[in-house]
Amino acid sequence: MSGTGQTNNKPGAAGPDGKVEKRRKVIEIPPRERMKIPRHLPYEQDPAERVTNFCEVSDGFNLEKAFSEANRCLECNDPVCMKACPVNVDIPAFIQLLYEGDYEGAIRKIRESNYLPAICGRVCPQENLCENSCIVGKKLEPLAIGKMERFLADFEARNGTFTPPPIAESKGQKVAVVGSGPGGLTVAAELAQMGYEVTIFEALHEAGGVLKYGIPEFRLPKQIVDEEVNRVKALGVTIQTNVIIGRTLTIDELLGEMGYGAVYIGTGAGSPRFLNIPGENLSGVYSASELLTRVNLMKAYKFPEFDTPLKIGKKVVVLGGGDVAMDAARTSRRIGPEKTLLLYRRSREEMPARLEEVHHAEEEGIEFHFLTSPVAIHGDETGWVRAIECEKMRLGEPDEKGRRRPIPIEGSNFTIETDSVVVAIGQSPNPIVQQTTPGLDTTKWGTIVVDESGATSRPGIFAGGDISRGGATVIQAVADGKSASRSIDAYLSKLREEQSGSEEPAQSRSAGNRQATE
Amino acid sequence: MYRIIQTETLAPTISKLVIEAPLVARKRKAGNFVIVRATPTGERIPLTIVDSDPEEGTIVIIVQAIGKTTHIISGLRAGDHFEDVVGPLGEPTPVSDFGTVVCIGGGVGVAVIYPIAKALKAAGNRVISIIGSRTRDLVILEDEMAAVSDELLVTTDDGSYGTKGFVTDALQKIIDGQGNPDAVYAIGPLPMMRAVANVTRGPEIRTWVSLNPIMMDGTGMCGACRVTVGDELKFACVDGPEFDAHLVNFDELIARNRTYSDPEKESFEAWKNSTETTDCRHQ
Repeated sequence: MSGTGQTNNKPGAAGPDGKVEKRRKVIEIPPRERMKIPRHLPYEQDPAERVTNFCEVSDGFNLEKAFSEANRCLECNDPVCMKACPVNVDIPAFIQLLYEGDYEGAIRKIRESNYLPAICGRVCPQENLCENSCIVGKKLEPLAIGKMERFLADFEARNGTFTPPPIAESKGQKVAVVGSGPGGLTVAAELAQMGYEVTIFEALHEAGGVLKYGIPEFRLPKQIVDEEVNRVKALGVTIQTNVIIGRTLTIDELLGEMGYGAVYIGTGAGSPRFLNIPGENLSGVYSASELLTRVNLMKAYKFPEFDTPLKIGKKVVVLGGGDVAMDAARTSRRIGPEKTLLLYRRSREEMPARLEEVHHAEEEGIEFHFLTSPVAIHGDETGWVRAIECEKMRLGEPDEKGRRRPIPIEGSNFTIETDSVVVAIGQSPNPIVQQTTPGLDTTKWGTIVVDESGATSRPGIFAGGDISRGGATVIQAVADGKSASRSIDAYLSKLREEQSGSEEPAQSRSAGNRQATE
Repeated sequence: MYRIIQTETLAPTISKLVIEAPLVARKRKAGNFVIVRATPTGERIPLTIVDSDPEEGTIVIIVQAIGKTTHIISGLRAGDHFEDVVGPLGEPTPVSDFGTVVCIGGGVGVAVIYPIAKALKAAGNRVISIIGSRTRDLVILEDEMAAVSDELLVTTDDGSYGTKGFVTDALQKIIDGQGNPDAVYAIGPLPMMRAVANVTRGPEIRTWVSLNPIMMDGTGMCGACRVTVGDELKFACVDGPEFDAHLVNFDELIARNRTYSDPEKESFEAWKNSTETTDCRHQ
């Protein structure tokens, strides 16, 4: 990947001479025959079996399935799948390389646009993005693009064929990345390839951010995350764990005495929200973040081999309808209660969670209670949860987002006996960096204000992902990281030019000018 | 890897460790804490930074062996290391010249009150300190506390050392004899802090306590450390750990802190049984 911005040499796009280059076609069977191949399904652990373990639910595709799936591609001249991808992975090109048996070439092709294919192949909401726009899907089931991506990443890992992409000549400038989640890893990978010296600072003791503490092992094995992190390190990126920017070091120290030319903030939205209902602080009431961090990062599911405990009783009630609520419910289910319930105050149609996750949760025996909203949590004499009091809702007029507003039905209160409650109603941005960085503009929700390029109100400081969006997806964090990398490169290139310009007339270096070159 | 430079047994079950953590040492202020993880399979626990030396790049922690993790930490020796040390965390203690301040430490809480007493003394306050423990053997940092206090009272529950009684008895005596102090800082077991708050509530003496709820990340991310202060929900790790004692809902926190007692007991028993024939510090 070239350093400054992307050169527009992709097929289908207008070349320098203004001509539109035609995409090559490689799949030999006629389109009509291709349409006869049904979409392949991955092998999945049986629901009854998988609720007893934390192993990955889906095994993905083997070579045979991946190859056959590639045969289904229509090789469209104007690939809309690629446009629907937030990072514009050249999907037809990697499918063709897969078809031709050039697996290394195929994964390299993906990595040109997305450095985290093993992760995104698993957790991207493809059904709303690339697969949703796939032309085959207009009449039939769309191509299983995510599963092919995952296959290529896993195939490469299994065969140990990863080689780091070429790295541009050193630019002699340092960039600090705050947070090692998908956004931070992407920024680091992009800038390292451009020749910058990148250090990621991570607050926790392991790299990966939400990929480590948030997304469960059974959806995204932590070994996969570690391998992806290692591929970022293979580009020369340094990762310092146990450093909290805003506490251990500040952004101003990074930009000042520590000599970083630019900083990218990708600290995510990790601060749990609560409902503010009576009884929410009883023992046995957890935030989804606490539950997931205990299980995912601290491996409470292996207690007492690992020291971090988790106490889930006979029944768990999860509150919320997003992906995190599904993760919390499915994680709780595996800890072994007799019953796991999920309460959501709107109806099934309004649930923000991915369909696949809802489907998986239902398969695993999680009971959904729609149009149900908690009003109070009741405890026993020891201060432990005993029951949750709810009221029934009906749907009113749509709100500003177009989702129908839930309205309480008077006199409909009822209680559900339970000994644990998990609050999964959303997370807020982590506030530490904002509070300790003067001049950094934030919104009333606490998110960092950025422009389209990811630049904040302060020169040299960039941000993206959940910390600026308030709650998005892994792939959106990757996309933000990519565009911020381009603007960081532009910013630092300008600094370099200014520097070389000012150094030429043999001026003595002033003390105030020390930060740029270390 | 965070190397241990020196260890010292202050009392049976109470150990002091000097740890290499240069970045933390440089930034640390009185009232800050660290989160540590002793082993690769260990849990993250918060510990107050008792002292720090920015030149040497070291911090001091004091730990009482109660469960598995604290026993493992107590078994560490110079040359061993912590898997992880992260900080400094929490808001520093609000230190200013109030006038006369009473600093109360109960049990291993003396380790937490010590840096605060030191900072308050340095800020020009007249510092009266009360340190209390169950029994003589468990009295720690007496000399250190004496060095930063204008007056030091020691109480033991069983009367084996100092004055027999609770720290609240000594506090009441000070109030009765010398009038209301300008501020009180109390750190120790939750029932002790609750008792101190009850003594100072009537006479409206400004009182701070340092809370020790269950914590994991220490950066406001898990919400395990949430406490009710007045009518607000606070995260002790980022909003605290020190709060206005008269506004803290102690009963709720006492119940919350018992959340994991059963599994912790189970874990400790399993660990004890597995270490009976071996040196625990190599586990």
